[in-house]
Amino acid sequence: MPELRYREALNQALREEMERDDRVFIIGEDIGVFQGAFKVTQGLLEAFGDQRVRDTPISENTIVGVGVGAAMTGLRPVVELMTVNFSLLALDQIVNHMAAIPYMFNGQVKVPMVVRMPQGAGHQLGPTHSHCLEALYLHVPGILLAVPSTPADAKGLLKAAIRDDNPVVFIEHESLYGAKGEVPEDADHLVDFGQAAIRREGEDVTIVGISRMAITAQQAAETLADEHDIAAEVIDPRTLRPLDLPTILESVRKTNRCVIVEEGWPHGGVGANLAALIQEQAFDYLDAPIQRVTGADLPMPYSKPLEQLAFPHAEQIVERVRSMV
Amino acid sequence: MADGLDAAREWLQAMLLIRRFEERAGAMYAKNKVGGFLHLAIGEEATIVGAVRAMRDDDYLISTYRSHGHAIARGTDPKRVMAELFGKATGVSGGRGGSMHMFDGERRFMGGYGIVGGNLPLAAGIALSSDYRETDEVTVCVFGDGAANQGTFGETLNLAALWKLPVVFMVTNNQFGMGTALERHTAQTDLHKRGEGFGVPGLRCDGMDVGDTYEVMSEAIERARTDRTPILVEAVTYRFAGHSMADPEEYREKDEVKEWREQHDPIKNFAAKLEDVDLDALDEEIGTRIDAAVEFAEESDFPTPESMQDHLYA
Repeated sequence: MPELRYREALNQALREEMERDDRVFIIGEDIGVFQGAFKVTQGLLEAFGDQRVRDTPISENTIVGVGVGAAMTGLRPVVELMTVNFSLLALDQIVNHMAAIPYMFNGQVKVPMVVRMPQGAGHQLGPTHSHCLEALYLHVPGILLAVPSTPADAKGLLKAAIRDDNPVVFIEHESLYGAKGEVPEDADHLVDFGQAAIRREGEDVTIVGISRMAITAQQAAETLADEHDIAAEVIDPRTLRPLDLPTILESVRKTNRCVIVEEGWPHGGVGANLAALIQEQAFDYLDAPIQRVTGADLPMPYSKPLEQLAFPHAEQIVERVRSMV
Repeated sequence: MADGLDAAREWLQAMLLIRRFEERAGAMYAKNKVGGFLHLAIGEEATIVGAVRAMRDDDYLISTYRSHGHAIARGTDPKRVMAELFGKATGVSGGRGGSMHMFDGERRFMGGYGIVGGNLPLAAGIALSSDYRETDEVTVCVFGDGAANQGTFGETLNLAALWKLPVVFMVTNNQFGMGTALERHTAQTDLHKRGEGFGVPGLRCDGMDVGDTYEVMSEAIERARTDRTPILVEAVTYRFAGHSMADPEEYREKDEVKEWREQHDPIKNFAAKLEDVDLDALDEEIGTRIDAAVEFAEESDFPTPESMQDHLYA
């Protein structure tokens, strides 16, 4: 299998789906001539022309709304928003329209579209460009939510998202765009929504990592094994809605301990929700309280040392696991 | 035309149907048969019928939370509109949308939307889709004077002009954004001029005159269809009823409403222009249809508990 970077895998997914289905088109800020703020859409304007690769004004809410209207009338738009922070300008169209329309019109119309956006800290971009807001979109019924952490998943999940008849919020991670990994060449390589990946097997503790934290959790698991003789099982949910809760529960019932790692804020976070679900359904199997390792409860600081403190690293996960095993 | 009526008589019939539907819906609201908010379009019938009659069947219409009239004018059975108000499974949105969220895909009525200004971007997307599929369809996007102050107005007009999208943006200027009069919410009260800065030409029509609305909208739709460009039409009208049934109307003088009702009623004035119109006979026939709609809504079932999750996902 060829090795691709995460951004290249996404590019390949877009390219293949646009070749496969001429209803698929992409729109967003600087995705065409500029070839994407993170270069995910490199070469697509040249390949598909400006009908299918549309540079937009900086008008997030309207860009998403245009996608919704086009999807309602038979097209399959892929909308790129430059960061998850900017998607807040489009919340009306995402929550009140994209998510609600199929239900509120009783299934008379579908909204088959994808809204892609990157998130994440580590680039000293301060409080308006660095957050992880998957919890915000997890909160909303009517949309599917993907958070790929590997190049192979980035490709397979994006292709599945484009082919899905539901609206999908697809959250990439800025720190992963350069990450390399093996990616199937198969043009029908799909990763089904609702199928968690067990990245590492272990008996002592379950670590669930969200988005990039799935990678950080694996690093922690290696250290735990090498230096502390603790065998951690690492689970990457890959999609948060639908959530593969059975796989997580099965692991917790085996290891009897669980740590959830996310880069987003702690209150009302993905981990808070998951901890509630686990204790509702596997309480009797728990030998210790479920632990959460999260981003700091504040707007992301710019200054490098502070920023590094404000999102989880492997050492913190190692420490937390050691405190409970 | 059906029943041998000429176009003008059909317009009159359509306006009267909407008026009587709205009046009965208000009565049903007062009896607690209809819940939530109920935004009536009494006084705006000419604006609705003139615009919809200027459209082709394969054109798209998208509206606001005040959209019973748009659905009915587009041909949706009033029974199903009333059933939606009652929250019944037979309603046009299966009882999931209510008054503010009518939808009839078969008639290319792409819905009523409860967020002020929320439908403008959708209209641009629908028009983009028409272009993408290489058809000559036009999208008519109806919104109120209040919505012209939302960010989506500027964003969408800019984008539609930039991409040369075939949309007619029709601002129904009923003179009030909820309870705030036009001159208190908008610096430039000639709303049709507000597209100029975006490169969207504007036209104005008398929204109390179905004929004038029809002519101006026909011109706008034709330009959008042929030139593939957006155009902004301001229909000047007046909302005879409150913003919704929950509105005590303390922001305007009763005499002002009375004057509009008496002197500018779009139905009465239009009927007076037509010869040989027996308004009473027409009214009776429409009354029977409205009775049947209420009966249908009353007798229909509520959605079952088992259906609650249906259509959340495809």
